[in-house]
Amino acid sequence: MSLTLEGKTCLVTGGSRGIGKAIAVRLAEFGADVAITYARSADAAEEVKKEIEGMGRKCKSIQADAVDLSRAEEVIAEIVDDWGKIDVIVNNAGITKDNLILRMSEEQWDDVITTNLKSVFNYSKAAAKPMMRNRGGSIINISSVVGISGNAGQSNYSASKAGIIGFTKSYAKELASRNIRANVVAPGYILTDMTGELDEKVLQGIKDETPLGRAGNPEEVADAVTFLSSDMSSYITGEVIRVDGGMAM
Amino acid sequence: MSQDVESKVKAIIVDKLGVDESEVVAEANFTNDLGADSLDTVELIMEFEKEFDLSIPDEDAENIATVGDAVTYLTGKLS
Repeated sequence: MSLTLEGKTCLVTGGSRGIGKAIAVRLAEFGADVAITYARSADAAEEVKKEIEGMGRKCKSIQADAVDLSRAEEVIAEIVDDWGKIDVIVNNAGITKDNLILRMSEEQWDDVITTNLKSVFNYSKAAAKPMMRNRGGSIINISSVVGISGNAGQSNYSASKAGIIGFTKSYAKELASRNIRANVVAPGYILTDMTGELDEKVLQGIKDETPLGRAGNPEEVADAVTFLSSDMSSYITGEVIRVDGGMAM
Repeated sequence: MSQDVESKVKAIIVDKLGVDESEVVAEANFTNDLGADSLDTVELIMEFEKEFDLSIPDEDAENIATVGDAVTYLTGKLS
């Protein structure tokens, strides 16, 4: 069996930039039709759409705030109405608002928890009924290595990413009898705009802590997501796959 | 009309839960009497929505526990 996503329809939240973009493009390379949502980066989302359509795959670029449950239901309904079904959801949308706990505002805490964690609930819930009707599906939630190990200055982000792991395992247990799988990909230090905000000293520290001795690329995260999207992972559910160069082992 | 709703509801339950038609009486509770798990009951509601082309809000769905509940609710909605 070779890895193919032909005939599958996928949604990647936060798919206009960074890891989400790499995932959307990779899924299309393996034959899937891919919808992406974006919050603000309309131009970047349009570029991704062009790239995917250039491969001969269908693509939708949808403006949607990931924290809004009713909007999530609309997005899923649009995909099911137009493409007939939804096979794969990749919950990737996420933000950071780093601060020491002593200095962290309530707003910084709430924004990160809501955007990163509630959004996963929103899209996973909205997809459950269509996936039940379709007798199967795969949910892939993007966590982070700091959701496993914690990180000074990222208590809000770490909590949201650890929350994703607990949510995913519960979802996997609830829906396993309907052949709906749910797994987590936990990236380590990946070169994106988000990690580009870190200063040189912090980055060197991260590299020193990574057994493979280098940062990862968004495409290396996308490869793990592609595997979990495909039928090659048909007996895997409730799993956390770290893509972190060995950082958290 | 009610007769029609009742027979359609019963047919869906027989099909979904794989139970004998004789068991699908008005008092039969989906979970306790007909062996439905919690996801089965969600799927039954989804089937009712599809068959009768209507939307059943979660707060209403929670009160539909027996065959009779379903028939009464759907008959009310359709009249």
